Amino acid sequence: MDILRIATAGSVDDGKSTLIGRLLYDTRSVPKDKLDAIDAASKRRGVDFLDLSLLTDGLIAEREQGITIDVAHVYFSTPTRKYIIADTPGHFEYTRNMVTGASTAEVSVILIDARNGIVEQTARHYAIACMLRIPHVIVCVNKMDLLSYDHARFDNIVAQFRTQFTALKPAAQRLDFLPASSLHGENVTRSSPHMPWYTGPTLLEMLEVAESHQPRHFAARMQVQTVIRPRTDALHDFRGYAGRISSGTFAVGDEILVLPNERRTRITRIQRFGADIERAKAGDSVTILLADDIDISRGSTFCTSDAAPDARRELRARICWLDRTPLENGKTYVLQHGIQRMRAKLAHLESILDVVAQTESANPAALKLNEIGIASLRLAQPVYADVYADVPTNGAFILIDEWSNTTAGVGFVL
Amino acid sequence: MMKNSIAASPIFADGQAQAAAFPYELADEAIYILRETAAQFERPAILFSGGKDSIVIAHLAMRAFAPARPPFPLLHIDTGHNFPETLTFRDRLVAELGFDLIVRTVQDSINRGRVREESGKYASRNALQTVTLLDAIEELKYDACIGGARRDEEKARAKERVFSVRNEFGQWDAQRQRPELFDMYNGRIAPGENVRVFPISNWTELDVWNFIREQHIALPSIYFAHERDVFDRDGLIWADSPFINKTPDEQPYRTVVRFRTVGDMTCTAAVRSDATALDDVITEIRSAEISERGARIDDKRSEAAMEKRKRDGYF
Ligand SMILES: Nc1nc2c(ncn2[C@@H]2O[C@H](COP(=O)(O)OP(=O)(O)O)[C@@H](O)[C@H]2O)c(=O)[nH]1
Repeated sequence: MDILRIATAGSVDDGKSTLIGRLLYDTRSVPKDKLDAIDAASKRRGVDFLDLSLLTDGLIAEREQGITIDVAHVYFSTPTRKYIIADTPGHFEYTRNMVTGASTAEVSVILIDARNGIVEQTARHYAIACMLRIPHVIVCVNKMDLLSYDHARFDNIVAQFRTQFTALKPAAQRLDFLPASSLHGENVTRSSPHMPWYTGPTLLEMLEVAESHQPRHFAARMQVQTVIRPRTDALHDFRGYAGRISSGTFAVGDEILVLPNERRTRITRIQRFGADIERAKAGDSVTILLADDIDISRGSTFCTSDAAPDARRELRARICWLDRTPLENGKTYVLQHGIQRMRAKLAHLESILDVVAQTESANPAALKLNEIGIASLRLAQPVYADVYADVPTNGAFILIDEWSNTTAGVGFVL
Repeated sequence: MMKNSIAASPIFADGQAQAAAFPYELADEAIYILRETAAQFERPAILFSGGKDSIVIAHLAMRAFAPARPPFPLLHIDTGHNFPETLTFRDRLVAELGFDLIVRTVQDSINRGRVREESGKYASRNALQTVTLLDAIEELKYDACIGGARRDEEKARAKERVFSVRNEFGQWDAQRQRPELFDMYNGRIAPGENVRVFPISNWTELDVWNFIREQHIALPSIYFAHERDVFDRDGLIWADSPFINKTPDEQPYRTVVRFRTVGDMTCTAAVRSDATALDDVITEIRSAEISERGARIDDKRSEAAMEKRKRDGYF
């Protein structure tokens, strides 16, 4: 069975929680005691319907303020696949959580309140989905019931969206539009009698067939997490390199290149879950054994011998800042690329992006919380990263604040 | 009902994953997280409760580091109110898989005056074990504790990170969680801080059961239907035991039940069930009307019970 990871986005009150609640409810993923609990809570608040948004708003502060602050993960499954939804907050100040929630998504569902049309948060969230190269974006025009299911209104929003964001859309991105009412469950899992003009699939039908695997043409990459050496008499010479394949495939007999050593060798065995297999693919956690005795440790990279990433001591990257302490020229950080860490210095902050207007201004003094810009970094040792647009799984990094140790920013190699 | 050997050999062939009911990507993810924990921390340990989730963690660790031994001991916080079946099972698992087991007891915390026993009808040692745990982490200098919590269990847990940084007092601060991007886990901490690691965050209860079935993992017998002395309280079925203060009208009777989660005898309710085999259990869960933690008496105390306990340093 495979897994589809979805991130939801939209402004506060566009109906994200209701939509997710609806998906859970209609796929019978909510146990009866939980339904009873939200039924009681709905009544306490004086609403006369089952407030499905109560299924996901979990933290005390959120219940007090009636908003979603942090990413909540929600799970449901159909006979086809398992779904993981990252329910991300709509408030501007929580953009960092939205980036966090969306970073692993294969599908981004962006909600628009049909009455309000495209708003600033729509632009922001779509820009983030594009920056993250989420392969599939579904724009869900919600609350159609409040506009008498007006066909023209829907077409208008779609047309405006397409015009406003053409420059933003990566060529490989799949973009779909959907008119819905989450509250009444229309076009979520069942099609709507009120919108005969919409003949496309429901949201769930779209999700059931959405692509969940990365493209096959990506070059093979794996960073070594740890070296496995049992040091027992029986397994005296066993030396396995444990890691998770980030892209492509590795098979027994393949010639690979080991970095930073730049040594070529051959794969003699691959183990997954402790058992021998012939071939492993992106996402598999494996232990790889090699023909030659090479000096390999945590952070070494295995790749296909004819398509290796370049060693970079300087990186130019798009950066989204996630911390209250701003990113500034000359500051040093710990850069983590995959599992490999090194010191990095911010050499030059080139520009800052106005996400909504999609314009860049040169030479900003700093990048503050939730701001996005382009910067170059100098590294203490080479990193074997790909351009994010080419191989996303090997083209992103985080910046860690050396003093607070928090994850302060995320970067995408240009 | 220990039908399976504990040290089940990993069964996995190419192509088997597609046909499986369990999404094996979740096991890859958990193994990646366990390996990161081993690499990023100096003294990591597995918090072992004897429940199915921590048993699954132990088995994942075996697979993550095979053929070497996992670099984690098991830490069991013993409330003294365990189901005896859990302890028997624990000792067998430790012997067969070859883990080091470290036990710290709530009784010892009581004796040393660190905590006071609760009294009354609902007395339980569930809250007390947080103190024993935090003392153990400090004493043993653990910088990472691996737990079997899952995000689908409860609303506060749905917001928990995989690497959850705790301050010196073990507390969870929901507002100050580190962003967790892609699969880049940041386990850098200051002295005194530690991290709780949750490798099976993205598993659901059904995923756990399907994994147990497909990987032939043995469980304590109380997960399967058996005869037991129970009594009714607050609409739930409670196991009769010397640890519970019953009122005179709470009369024990014998019936067939099983447990969906395994905590203390004082805070785990039983469900009526005839499911004696794994397949029956899975069928039952698929159709179950009650969520897993719905049978946890400790969660019933208030709507925000779990979040409050997490802030105090609970698992
Ligand atoms: N009429 C109508 N109301 C909706 C719809 N979807 C959500 N709502 C209401 O809009 C409000 C905000 O919804 P919620 O799901 O909490 O929004 P969130 O902040 O995006 O999670 C709630 O009162 C919902 O009942 C819809 O399709 N139609």
